[in-house]
Amino acid sequence: MVSVFYALSALVLMALIFGAILGYASVRFKVKSDPLVEQLDQLLPQTQCGQCGYPGCKPYAEAIANGDDINKCPPGGDATIKLIADLMGVEAVSLDAAHGEEDVKKVAYIREDECIGCTKCIQACPVDAIVGASKVMHTVIVDECTGCDLCVEPCPVDCIDMVPLHTGAANWKWDSLVIPTKTVA
Amino acid sequence: MQSELTLIEQVKLGKIWEFPGGINPPERKSLSNQTEIGNFTTHTLYIPIQQHIGVAGSLLVTKGESVLKGQALTSPGEGLSLPVHAPTSGVISDIIDHVDAHPSGKTVLTIVLEADGKDLWVNKNPLLNWQELDRDTVVKHIQAAGVSGLGGASFPTYVKLSPHKNIDLLILNGVECEPYITADDVLMRYHANEIVQGAQIIQHLVAAKLCVIAIEDNKTEAIASIEKALADVADIELRVVPTKYPSGGEKQLVELITGLQVPSGGIPADIGIVMQNVGTSFAVKRATIDGEALVSRVVTVTGERVKNPQNLWVPLGTPIKTLLQNVGYSPEKTPRLIMGGPMMGFNIVDDMMPVVKSTNCILAPSNFHLPERGVEQNCIRCGQCADACPAELLPQQLQWFAKADEHEKLKEYDLFDCIECGACAYVCPSQIPLVQYYRIAKSDIRQAEEEKLKAEKAKRRFEVRQERLERDKQARLLRHKESAEKRKKALAQDGSAKDKIAAALARAKAKKATSENTDDLAASDTPQDKVAAAIARAKAKKLKSSKVSVDNSADSTPEASLETSLKATDTAPTTNPNKDRVAAAVARAKAKKLAKEEQEKVKNDAELKNETDHKGHADAADKPVSEAQVDKTLTAAEERKAKVAAAVAKAKAKKQKAAADEPNQEPTLDFVDKASAKISNEDKKRSADDERKAKVAAAVAKAKAKAKKQATESENSTNTSDKETPDLNVADDLSQTPEQIRKDKVAAAIAKAKAKKNANNDTDNGSNNS
Amino acid sequence: MSLLTNMFVSSPHGNLGLTTNQMMRIVAYATLPGLAAQIYFFGWGSLIQAILCISTALIAEAVVLSLREKPIRRTLSDGSAMLTGLLLALSIPPLAPWWIAVIGTVFAIIVVKQLYGGMGFNLFNPAMAGYVVLLISFPVAMTNWLPPTELLQHPMAFGDAFLAVFTGFTYDGYNLTQLKMSVDGITMATPLDHFKTEQILNYTTTEILNSPLYGEYGGTGWLEVNLAFLLGGLALLKLGIIRWHIPVAVIGSLGVCALLGITIAPDQTYPLSFSLLSGATMFAAFFIATDPVSASTTNQGRIVYGCFIGVMIYIIRIWGGYPDGIAFAVLLANMCVPLIDHYTKPVTYGHKRRREAKS
Repeated sequence: MVSVFYALSALVLMALIFGAILGYASVRFKVKSDPLVEQLDQLLPQTQCGQCGYPGCKPYAEAIANGDDINKCPPGGDATIKLIADLMGVEAVSLDAAHGEEDVKKVAYIREDECIGCTKCIQACPVDAIVGASKVMHTVIVDECTGCDLCVEPCPVDCIDMVPLHTGAANWKWDSLVIPTKTVA
Repeated sequence: MQSELTLIEQVKLGKIWEFPGGINPPERKSLSNQTEIGNFTTHTLYIPIQQHIGVAGSLLVTKGESVLKGQALTSPGEGLSLPVHAPTSGVISDIIDHVDAHPSGKTVLTIVLEADGKDLWVNKNPLLNWQELDRDTVVKHIQAAGVSGLGGASFPTYVKLSPHKNIDLLILNGVECEPYITADDVLMRYHANEIVQGAQIIQHLVAAKLCVIAIEDNKTEAIASIEKALADVADIELRVVPTKYPSGGEKQLVELITGLQVPSGGIPADIGIVMQNVGTSFAVKRATIDGEALVSRVVTVTGERVKNPQNLWVPLGTPIKTLLQNVGYSPEKTPRLIMGGPMMGFNIVDDMMPVVKSTNCILAPSNFHLPERGVEQNCIRCGQCADACPAELLPQQLQWFAKADEHEKLKEYDLFDCIECGACAYVCPSQIPLVQYYRIAKSDIRQAEEEKLKAEKAKRRFEVRQERLERDKQARLLRHKESAEKRKKALAQDGSAKDKIAAALARAKAKKATSENTDDLAASDTPQDKVAAAIARAKAKKLKSSKVSVDNSADSTPEASLETSLKATDTAPTTNPNKDRVAAAVARAKAKKLAKEEQEKVKNDAELKNETDHKGHADAADKPVSEAQVDKTLTAAEERKAKVAAAVAKAKAKKQKAAADEPNQEPTLDFVDKASAKISNEDKKRSADDERKAKVAAAVAKAKAKAKKQATESENSTNTSDKETPDLNVADDLSQTPEQIRKDKVAAAIAKAKAKKNANNDTDNGSNNS
Repeated sequence: MSLLTNMFVSSPHGNLGLTTNQMMRIVAYATLPGLAAQIYFFGWGSLIQAILCISTALIAEAVVLSLREKPIRRTLSDGSAMLTGLLLALSIPPLAPWWIAVIGTVFAIIVVKQLYGGMGFNLFNPAMAGYVVLLISFPVAMTNWLPPTELLQHPMAFGDAFLAVFTGFTYDGYNLTQLKMSVDGITMATPLDHFKTEQILNYTTTEILNSPLYGEYGGTGWLEVNLAFLLGGLALLKLGIIRWHIPVAVIGSLGVCALLGITIAPDQTYPLSFSLLSGATMFAAFFIATDPVSASTTNQGRIVYGCFIGVMIYIIRIWGGYPDGIAFAVLLANMCVPLIDHYTKPVTYGHKRRREAKS
């Protein structure tokens, strides 16, 4: 009976000691990393398009951190979903079609003949990629345009098109060539 | 001991160092180095405007122009750019998009030149006294001659010739380690003096203390020839390196000659070395001393499928097909043509590809001597690839990571130090196309980094914008607060003011009540306008409330709103013509949008119903029919309204000034073009004001066209949908039409723009046809 | 404008021509001298085991490939299953019952090789893992080695061996225990086994070596077998199929340990030649440890890997419970390979300082 008591107290003592060491270590050696929201925000494509249902990428990142679905971002596509899944430790699901389809990269183009200078698209653009002022011609800065599509709706004369970016020999990607690579066994 | 010697002293000692790895594939050079360099001419040349790394130049010539040999066809653009020149005299028959000498087979803007057979040179402008001239002048001259690296990379030479660093050593690369290729070999044999002269020019320009010409030990005649040429030349020495692939790679040759390694991500100039190919040196000499632009180069046309393999002086722009026809090429069952050598060349997919500045070889091997690679198997981790790699990489690991898309690991294992020489894939027993995986991985990583940068920028802009909006809001609130306080103060001081304020407040309230849902229609001055506007507002208000209450019945909304806006514009008098036109355009566009919205709603319902129908098939037949009916009524009504709107706008436009040509009641897309064209043609006689009118009319016509098209589309769909599986058809067609609307818009706008341009051209008396 | 071919191919457009299939076959051929020696000195059993193991391996692989829906004929022709079977057959006792061969091979092919992903993806050496499973599960059957034929009391022909493997008894009705007896009536074991047991009984080295089991430089029969495998291994080196790093490291480190042992306690350890030429040392150094898939991939790493194996072999032989620790040593080393690879990465061009002159 006494031996049991000794054994028990020994174990309890060891548990307390090791627990204390672990607790101390978890505080003292804690790895400082970005808060989860920041990390998620880094993964999102920053088009600020709102297709996910949130007004921008940061709010969506916050929503994901609070447990929202990760498959709502069409500009990010499946690649982004996979990265978020890795970060959050959840399963990667395919893109939710209700929020849009993944498409080639597009930029907005204003048909200047029809522009009436109303500044509605300028107000709508989340990254200020449209140059112009009231009664003055509006133009999209191609390098800054994220292709979010938010300017098309407000335009009262419907003069904005989304056109795909041009691929020439300069920015052609090698994997367009189909090499017959089949791994066997 | 070594660290005490300078680089030059050490090189002068004559040591040839070693690099790890490398392979010794069968050379097969004796096929093509038995004869002197032949001359080749052809009738039609396709000269791409970009044959170098960097930015393309801008065209200097036009279709139909006559040019002389060596005449500049483009002028260099901004940044890294070179001109291209006419390889022979003749007429420019066309400037088109033609296939580029690039593995993708994509097109590039190409100048098509028909030779006149006379081969007349343009006035040459040699710099015989290049030694006395300012270095910049000579370098600019070489740029104007279009000289780029002829070793294969096609880097603009003028950049290398003006290094911003201290250069000790110039290395001339005559190694030519790749099998089959003998272009540099024969150039050195028969033009050694000119190569040495070029070396002297380059040495002078970069101010190198020593020049070394490196040749592989399998080119005995070339070595003898260069030795002879160097007999009385100071500061240029010959080095013979052992035959091994890839000794001719820039980084490997630097290591062979000096024992130094070019720092990763850097260039040889960082360690005081400049390297040029012997062909480039020859071109520099021709450009400087003879004043000849780069218009032709030595190309090895070889391979077992070629009856007469040889080296030829080929004018740039010669199509490969023509070249092969003249050397007795007979293709195998699956034709196999390679531009470049067997280790680094790419497959030619279209034999109209032209010879460009970087083409050193056209190879037509037989399957027996250069067997096609087998099917890829699993990597057995044998490590032969790591043994062969001249850059001491671990190709096996790179391959695992490339297949798994692990970008971080790839960067950690120095993927970007890979020179893509192909030695690893050459030895791989499992026939894995290693270099292909690396190329794909590299482009993926580059693209990902670009996107990341863009995302960072976009995020920053977004944040700044949010801040700005916040600031503006705060400023506005502050202003309001201040003015409110001011008013309060003023009120406290002056009692009578209170009554005035109260009256004003009452008026404002009354006004607000009637102007709840005002659109930005014309704010007119006359009382009639006000009344009309008020009526319009009221109607609009009623409309909106009715829209909210009605559930999915699409009949009334678009036409009603259309009517409202129409009425508003109808009753507004013509004191503000611009505003009216704008208003009309706006109204049209709004109507379109509403119609689209309704269609989307209907489509969504159709889809929803599709889903629910999967559970209950009973109602399948009824629903789509009713929707189709709704559709019918919708589009029919809209069609009518659109017609009305068009007529109204027409009338207004007429009222203003001279009459425009009216589109009739059956608009088609072609007719819209015609209408726009007609309208813009008459612009000649009118002022800018009338152009706006024309724009409005065109927009109206467009809207009508769209409406008509929608009507016909959905009518078609309803006709077919009655019989078969109705749900899907309706949904599909509805989804098509918004897309088609967009396309129509684009087409119409383009047509308009074209017509306008035509009109402008006529007035300017220009002769350009686009 | 004519499109020449629809198949896009990338550079390089040629290949050295030595394919994986050819490599596997050459390794198999190189084991033949050793196999011949084993047959000569220990009877036909090895040949029967070889045939049994190879056929089981091929059948097992075909079954799994059809389940995985991969091309069967093409995969089988790459020779890796055949080689695994052969190597396992050379490791197990010549007269082991047929089900030993079958179980071992099936485990090696299906679990160790295919379940990990097929050729090129296995973490452990399949033959050795199969051997270890057999050794642990059926210790008696796996340690029933025959004495060399010259010492056999009951000589055996091919038919005897065949029957012994499949039924457990020879034509004359002797079972394995009886077969193991030597002319002196003593039950024989392998030289290593014998040495170990005698050592536990506190005999010194010199005393133990007096037994007829041992020749001048090593165990009778075993010496010649090792030399034959050494010959085959040298042929592989010459042909460039394997590189010198692993064999030299294994033999070198084993030799160094043996020398150390002899220096410290000469009476309780094997002599040097015995260490290197007994058991399956040469076989392991040239054929087992050099299996490219499970070995280290960098040259420096290979040396570390080989040394690890050599040292482990010695430790297990001296202090471990098994007479010959090659299989365990190899498996332990396989586990260390990712770590070894990580720390022996060569420095890429452009990332290091000035190199030494080499002219």
